[in-house]
Amino acid sequence: MDAKQRIWRTLDKPLVLIYLFLVVTGWLNIYSVVYDPASAEGFSFATRYGKQLLFVGFAFLIGLFVLVADLRVFTQFAYLYYGLAILFLAAVLVIGTEVAGAKSWIRVGPLSFQPSEFAKVATCLAFAKYASRPALNMKRARNQVLASFWFLLPMALILLQPDAGSALVFVSFVLVLYREGMSGKVLLAGLAAAVLFVAALLVNKYVIIGFIALVSGFLFFRNKRTLKNVALAALFFCVCSGYTLGVGYAFSRLSAHQQTRINVLLGKESDVHGAGYNVNQSKIAIGSGGLWGKGYLQGTQTKFNFVPEQSTDFIFCTIGEEWGWAGSTVFLAAYLFLLLRIVKIAERQKQPYHRIYGYGVASIFFMHLFVNVGMTIGLLPVIGIPLPFFSYGGSSLWSFTLLLFIFLKMDARRYAA
Amino acid sequence: MKRLTVDKSSVVMGIFIVVAVIYWVRLFQLQILDERYTIDARSNAIRNKVQYPGRGLILDRNGQIMVYNEAVYDLMVIPGQVEDADWALLADLLELDEEGVKERFKKARAYSRHAQSVFEKQISKETYGRLQEYLYRFPGFYVQSRTLRRYIRPVASHVLGDVGEVNESELRSDPYYQLGDYIGKSGLEKHYEKALRGRKGVKVVMVDVLNREKGSYKDGAFDTAAVAGEELYTTLDAGLQEYAEQLMQGKRGSIVAIEPATGEVLALVSAPTYDPNLLVGRIRSRNYGNLLSDVQKPLFNRALMAYYPPGSIFKLPQALIGLQEKVIVPGSGFACDKTLVGCHAHPDARSVAEGVMTSCNPYFYQVFRRIIMQGKDPNRFVDSRMGLEEWNRYIGSFGLGKRLEIDLPDVKSGFIPDAAYYDRYYGRNQWAFSTIYSLSIGQGEIGLIPLQMANLAAIMANRGYYITPHLVRAIGESKRKPDLDLEPHRLPIDRKYFEPVVEGMYGAVHFPGGTARRAWLDSIAVCGKTGTSENPHGEDHAVFIGFAPRENPRIAISVFLENSGFGGTWAAPMASLLIEKYLTGKVKRTQLERQVREFTIYTVDAQGRVTGPPAH
Repeated sequence: MDAKQRIWRTLDKPLVLIYLFLVVTGWLNIYSVVYDPASAEGFSFATRYGKQLLFVGFAFLIGLFVLVADLRVFTQFAYLYYGLAILFLAAVLVIGTEVAGAKSWIRVGPLSFQPSEFAKVATCLAFAKYASRPALNMKRARNQVLASFWFLLPMALILLQPDAGSALVFVSFVLVLYREGMSGKVLLAGLAAAVLFVAALLVNKYVIIGFIALVSGFLFFRNKRTLKNVALAALFFCVCSGYTLGVGYAFSRLSAHQQTRINVLLGKESDVHGAGYNVNQSKIAIGSGGLWGKGYLQGTQTKFNFVPEQSTDFIFCTIGEEWGWAGSTVFLAAYLFLLLRIVKIAERQKQPYHRIYGYGVASIFFMHLFVNVGMTIGLLPVIGIPLPFFSYGGSSLWSFTLLLFIFLKMDARRYAA
Repeated sequence: MKRLTVDKSSVVMGIFIVVAVIYWVRLFQLQILDERYTIDARSNAIRNKVQYPGRGLILDRNGQIMVYNEAVYDLMVIPGQVEDADWALLADLLELDEEGVKERFKKARAYSRHAQSVFEKQISKETYGRLQEYLYRFPGFYVQSRTLRRYIRPVASHVLGDVGEVNESELRSDPYYQLGDYIGKSGLEKHYEKALRGRKGVKVVMVDVLNREKGSYKDGAFDTAAVAGEELYTTLDAGLQEYAEQLMQGKRGSIVAIEPATGEVLALVSAPTYDPNLLVGRIRSRNYGNLLSDVQKPLFNRALMAYYPPGSIFKLPQALIGLQEKVIVPGSGFACDKTLVGCHAHPDARSVAEGVMTSCNPYFYQVFRRIIMQGKDPNRFVDSRMGLEEWNRYIGSFGLGKRLEIDLPDVKSGFIPDAAYYDRYYGRNQWAFSTIYSLSIGQGEIGLIPLQMANLAAIMANRGYYITPHLVRAIGESKRKPDLDLEPHRLPIDRKYFEPVVEGMYGAVHFPGGTARRAWLDSIAVCGKTGTSENPHGEDHAVFIGFAPRENPRIAISVFLENSGFGGTWAAPMASLLIEKYLTGKVKRTQLERQVREFTIYTVDAQGRVTGPPAH
């Protein structure tokens, strides 16, 4: 009795409110996508917004359950959940139902679910449990590599489906590693490698090598010309140009068909299957919103017809079109608030387990926002990944709710022994 | 290096903030700065018109067009843009009843208010002309052009295949397709779908309140061009194909002609056939149903799917295997001992060539017995089993009992029984040569498809190798090679052993006592072998395979006629007419041609009733 009352007192209200705000606006958005002014039919649970309302209701139940349940239900059995998730991920490769070229769904009778959604929660819990063991010094590179296997394994299995979007989410754990001890240089090197990789495919290789030479030259002249520094500058030049040439060579060895795919991803060729078309339509929809938007339910471009996958991966178009730049600003601000709030709360945790878990939650949300919105505004390639709380679908909404509420529960018990 | 003063949580938060700000600025650019993306939604509507490319043309080996496209029009509707339409007028224009038109509109609106639906498919040019004048009174309706297949000559339907609307499973398996798109359903249309279909494009156009298209939106900045499908340069000879189909009228069976040196298929006929124009456009589903229920089974591609016992043409591989295994020599003679197996009256064969020429059954009984029972084991059951296993290895190298990977869907492998099959049937060591001797003359459990028979003729013509028969030599403007296995498949039989067998095939056509005398041509040395495959259900099937000329052959051919008796009677002369047509360009033997045309095994009267033996 006493413990339960304390839960409500110590619960982080701002985080709960922002969650409710996102879920409710998310549902209103889906309603708008499906809304048909000429339809005589009233509200129906058979429509997408009807089903989503059921999903939202169930999500609230999940959240409530997590808050009243014993936290140990989740933390104690983290490894067990992780094992189950891995098992499901392996099973889906065999018994999964193929949808749009990827085996991501397990179907049992009328029910179907996506093991990769469940795996996000399980991996986050298990990784945090492992990395928070007092005996483990996360400042050591060796331990960081060991800890990485916790998210690399599910990532590899998901890549086999293949579902690049969901696999990408697990990369976000690198941020957690960074917080727990990994050197910032690794982040920088990773960023540089990614930039060089894309550049190697987009820009003439001599231009890149020239640029690398310039940077090495700069290092050479700026630093003291000790043997070590000169060798380092030379090594830098060799590694970077070798990497650039290697990427180019590997690309040239791919079949024409695979090359086309990568070129489409990079926007060098337009897509045969219409991915380029999606982005164009998405940009028209968002751009047509202007400053104040066309108003709720007034969108013309984001109804089912123009933008495919409207209620799932391209849901952000509706916000952009109907609410304009003003609405987009509120959306981004709300999301940013969610992320920063989670990090802030994570930092106040006394138990490393809870802190690491919190960072995992923030990183997962961040990755979804980063990839999904980046894709709809044409900054990132088209990768299928849901926008948390906004995209249509039960699996993802429930797993995001679970993810967040376990963390809320951890935080609410921060004064407990 | 200076110590890092910022703590790590700030860096993580910093990353979040930086990304959010970048996106915020990008949205500012898209929504406020960039005029390109703003739409004046009040006065204009935007319409996404799919641009359907024409399917690739299909040409024959001489560059003659066989399949081309004809424009038709689909009337499309976006229900959300329709205002008080005059349904009676629309029904009148489309020659439909008013209730039906309203019903269609309801259905389209139930599907989606904003997405386009096809309102009426494949409108003729005349209807389109009338409709166009009144289209301004029907906002929300517009016309989209599509193409349909047309055939210069109504031939080669089994090879060319047909095109139809995508079904559920095709929609699911390839995201390229949308409801109402066309896809190759059979034949080359199916096998080369990816090359033929081209790539759809989108044209974003502005439409004013009077339903008039005002041209490209933003000067076509959002358009993607459609790319036409690629041409298919086939190996068919349209003239030969047409002639072969004419000769096959009123008969059932198959003709396959191959250029031996390249494996290129010159003609591929399955009779009875049908007019490919029947399976185009709106009449497709009705005609498809009719063809499906036709008792003559015209949709069944006998050339690739029908299993026939090969009969005496199977003596060719038997002779070759015997020679290679050295159980006989070219000069081996056997008496025509009719107590072993039945035969017709002819002098005893004194050599392999004479055995082939007279098609002596007891001769090949003896040859096959020597192949199967080589005395490697004292137990005759074990010995037969070993012999058959060895024989199977040879037979497989002829492309028999396995799929010839031709570039058409649904080709069958035929059937050659092996030791495991007889073990299952009789039990291990419960069968011997005496059980399986009918294989020696191509009867029994064996099944070959006509394509394999023609390939056998090509192997004889090439004296020991074949290239997998195929129908396309080049694709598209760049004339790129199709993705096919075009390497020669060499048989494990020495070239020197082919000469005596080919001599027998030459003799069958040219010497007295030969079984294929009716294949004879005055100017060209034709080599051939007849066969009669026993049919327990009725009249025997007739078969002939051959090639010409004897040196540097240019055509290898198989003719299979169901229920047509002895192979020399009709199959051999038909093959020779086709050889004459292909090699000389003209058939001079008009009397023989007339006889062949007049021979039929079934007739169809005016009511469509069929008389003659049933197809099975």
